[in-house]
Amino acid sequence: MPAPEKTSGWLERRLPVMSVLRREYIAFPMPRNLNALWSFGAFLMVTMAIMIASGLFLAINYTPDITQAFASVEAIDRQIPSGWFLRSLHMGGVTMLFACLYIHIARSLWYGSYKAPRELLWLTGLGLMLMVMVTAFAGYVLPWGQMSYWGATVVLNAAHTIPLIGKPVSELLLGGETLGNTALHRLFVLHFTMAFAIVAVIALHVTALHVVKPNNPSGIDPVSPKQTLPFHPYYTSRDGFALCLFLMVYAGLVFFLPDLLTLADNYVQANPLVTPRDIRPEWYFAPFYAILRAVPSRLGGLLLAVGSLAVLFALPALDRSPTRSATRRPLVRLSLPLAFLSFILLGVAGMHPPTETWLIVSRLAMAWWFIHFLVVMPLVSEREITS
Amino acid sequence: MSRLIRNLILVASLPPLFATLPACASTPAQRGLIVFQQVCAACHGMDHVDYGDMAAFGLSPDAIRSWAADQQIPNGTDDNGDPKTRSATPADPILSPYPNEAVGRLANHGLLPPDLSRLAMTLPGGAEQIRRILLSYAPTPAGVKLDDGRYYNTALKWKHIGMPPPLQDGMLTYPDGTKATTQQMATDVSAFLNDVAHPHAAERRRIGLYALAYLALMALLTFVLQRRIWKSRPQ
Repeated sequence: MPAPEKTSGWLERRLPVMSVLRREYIAFPMPRNLNALWSFGAFLMVTMAIMIASGLFLAINYTPDITQAFASVEAIDRQIPSGWFLRSLHMGGVTMLFACLYIHIARSLWYGSYKAPRELLWLTGLGLMLMVMVTAFAGYVLPWGQMSYWGATVVLNAAHTIPLIGKPVSELLLGGETLGNTALHRLFVLHFTMAFAIVAVIALHVTALHVVKPNNPSGIDPVSPKQTLPFHPYYTSRDGFALCLFLMVYAGLVFFLPDLLTLADNYVQANPLVTPRDIRPEWYFAPFYAILRAVPSRLGGLLLAVGSLAVLFALPALDRSPTRSATRRPLVRLSLPLAFLSFILLGVAGMHPPTETWLIVSRLAMAWWFIHFLVVMPLVSEREITS
Repeated sequence: MSRLIRNLILVASLPPLFATLPACASTPAQRGLIVFQQVCAACHGMDHVDYGDMAAFGLSPDAIRSWAADQQIPNGTDDNGDPKTRSATPADPILSPYPNEAVGRLANHGLLPPDLSRLAMTLPGGAEQIRRILLSYAPTPAGVKLDDGRYYNTALKWKHIGMPPPLQDGMLTYPDGTKATTQQMATDVSAFLNDVAHPHAAERRRIGLYALAYLALMALLTFVLQRRIWKSRPQ
């Protein structure tokens, strides 16, 4: 490390910010062979920053009161200068955030980024996903439209099926049996508190990444410095280009297709006396909603929906094979894409009315999801011949 | 001399250019606002839309002020507890003419005229369905018995609606000279309601083009930068 300069030396001896930045973001050794899928972490960081910045200004203009929430969101869309842009940025941001999150996780699954020594990187990442889900759920209630109210009611009813504690705990947390003013106010506080908690966990996630170093498509860690490149300028320039493409997609959504992924029903103010014909979740919750509906028992549906995420947490224990990349594991190379397909099919099923066909699709897809993680992975990791 | 002729031709060509534009050029949505003011507003409001928002439809500040000033809106109660009203301002919402839901229902055979703020978005079929409803009134066929205050309308699943046929040929005069046929007014007012349901849509697309152009340029530059940096990487 070069000797600190006079002025920066003062700071360096007390808080080595500059040398840490230099070490972790300029000289940081990166594998040479990373592909485009490794840019999604950067996309997530940028989207999260945009969400917090736009959310701050939305919060300033939002009123967490069931008689005024809907009107205050309408005012943001109509009368507040550039309010339509902020809200669109925030709503489009949720879609971009979840899309990147799912791709980021799929990449980790494909290239075995959850294996030793990266277990904590994987677990903090999954923790972030859960936190983002809670935040998105709370945020979706805030506009107090029909889907806000009835979507949250579906989740609430699911929570009520947990024996003994389900009902009392949810009533305690939301201040009543059904959603009311107390619930709305608390969900508003939860929404932005979680957002800042997410920032803290991102710091943990990134720190863990810098300790264990990034995985790469071959799944074999570089051993000599010759097999690496410094983060700057190689990956800063590549992520910069990738970010421009990412932002073009994001801008397309915000400026040209603002209604593509929103449900028109949510522009009708919440009415506890009128149940919408079909209650649909936003696309990013659709796979879990499909599981909830595919099981005849309500508690069973809840357990399986939670279980579908729990298997991901257990993955480092379920898959004991030292080989990381699925490209070197013939059976995983077949089984894992089917699991991805199952997730997508569950998502599509969750956005359609629960007809017989869609229920069968949901059940088959759900079955494969669990079979892949609970049966295929443990068995394969014991006996597979790695290529 | 030839220059003079050229200039004369140029000047002579200008009036026809202006003549093709009506005295007051207006878009379907701008004409739709007139239909709303003179027809729809008799029963419907747009709770979330302010009079001032109508500037988006080319209404001048003075026109907005005078339209708002003609509307009386609730203003608390006086010392005896009787309801008071005041003239609206451009910052007030375009409320329903009925002071409350009960009065609205009483005046319309128990049905409440819906708020129009987001109707073109929330009604299945959108603005096109609004247009279809306005043009699908027909005499009640023999053998069909409708309740009081229901009107035969083929655009709806149950073939009836609580809104009496609102449009008649020539019921209003467009300042731009367009003939106010039922067809024309239905087209105009559905365009207006579509814009009301999607506020700032034109501005959104305009800014979006700049944003995309900027990002495309940045993508090109960063791509070149990235290529050059990676070319010189140590082997």
